[in-house]
Amino acid sequence: MADPMRIRANMVGDKVEVRVLMSHEMETGLRKDASGNAIPAHFIRNVTVTHAGKTVLSAQWGTSVSRNPFLHFRFKGGRPGERVAITWLDNKGEKRTDEAVIAGG
Amino acid sequence: MDPRRREVLKTGGGVLALAAAAGILRPGESLAQEWNKAAFETKSVAETVKALGGGASTESKEIQITAPDIAENGAVVPVSVDSRLARTQAIAIMIEKNPNTLSANFEIPDGTDPFVTTRVKMGETSNVYALVKADGKYYHAVKEIKVTIGGCGG
Repeated sequence: MADPMRIRANMVGDKVEVRVLMSHEMETGLRKDASGNAIPAHFIRNVTVTHAGKTVLSAQWGTSVSRNPFLHFRFKGGRPGERVAITWLDNKGEKRTDEAVIAGG
Repeated sequence: MDPRRREVLKTGGGVLALAAAAGILRPGESLAQEWNKAAFETKSVAETVKALGGGASTESKEIQITAPDIAENGAVVPVSVDSRLARTQAIAIMIEKNPNTLSANFEIPDGTDPFVTTRVKMGETSNVYALVKADGKYYHAVKEIKVTIGGCGG
């Protein structure tokens, strides 16, 4: 299983600023190994961020998002102490969910 | 065994169970998600706009792309997109000269700022497009990023 995401969620004014660093190889499928064989594609396709039962961001990704993807966005309606959950799902069906508690401003 | 990991698994399961109970996620399809394969296989900006559901897009000064003019390492190019268009619903990042044009497409629900930052791979110097869907229409901005060392080869 992939390593945990690193998530920071902080109040900035009335908004929650979320920064996520995921651990994933994001292999494009276009590279070859030392003996010339194609390295199969392995990449995150879906990312969903939820807060209090509501989706606050969803994304579809292709192979050209960088290895160990970084994501930064902000949303309204969160309060310190509440949780933000992030789930990714890759093209091999592997998935991972991690959570963070919103920190005060 | 890392005890924190156990805790994360437990709370993660709890959230999903809650979501299922609230009827947000039906069991069995909880994490099966849509992925627009056709859009991610496109080879040009026009094709991508079409595959994402737009007929054409209009250039807009209300969209700002923040990215370096020169990226030394094409494997990790930070790109931010900020939209000031009312009712921004989605933001996509496209890289014209990559083998596949579309890099990422973000859906922006009400209450989320029309802003996103991520990092992308660029094979060579290229125009980078931010495509914004706002109030059902498509708009874009473009910025050239020069790449010193490509990030897609092997």
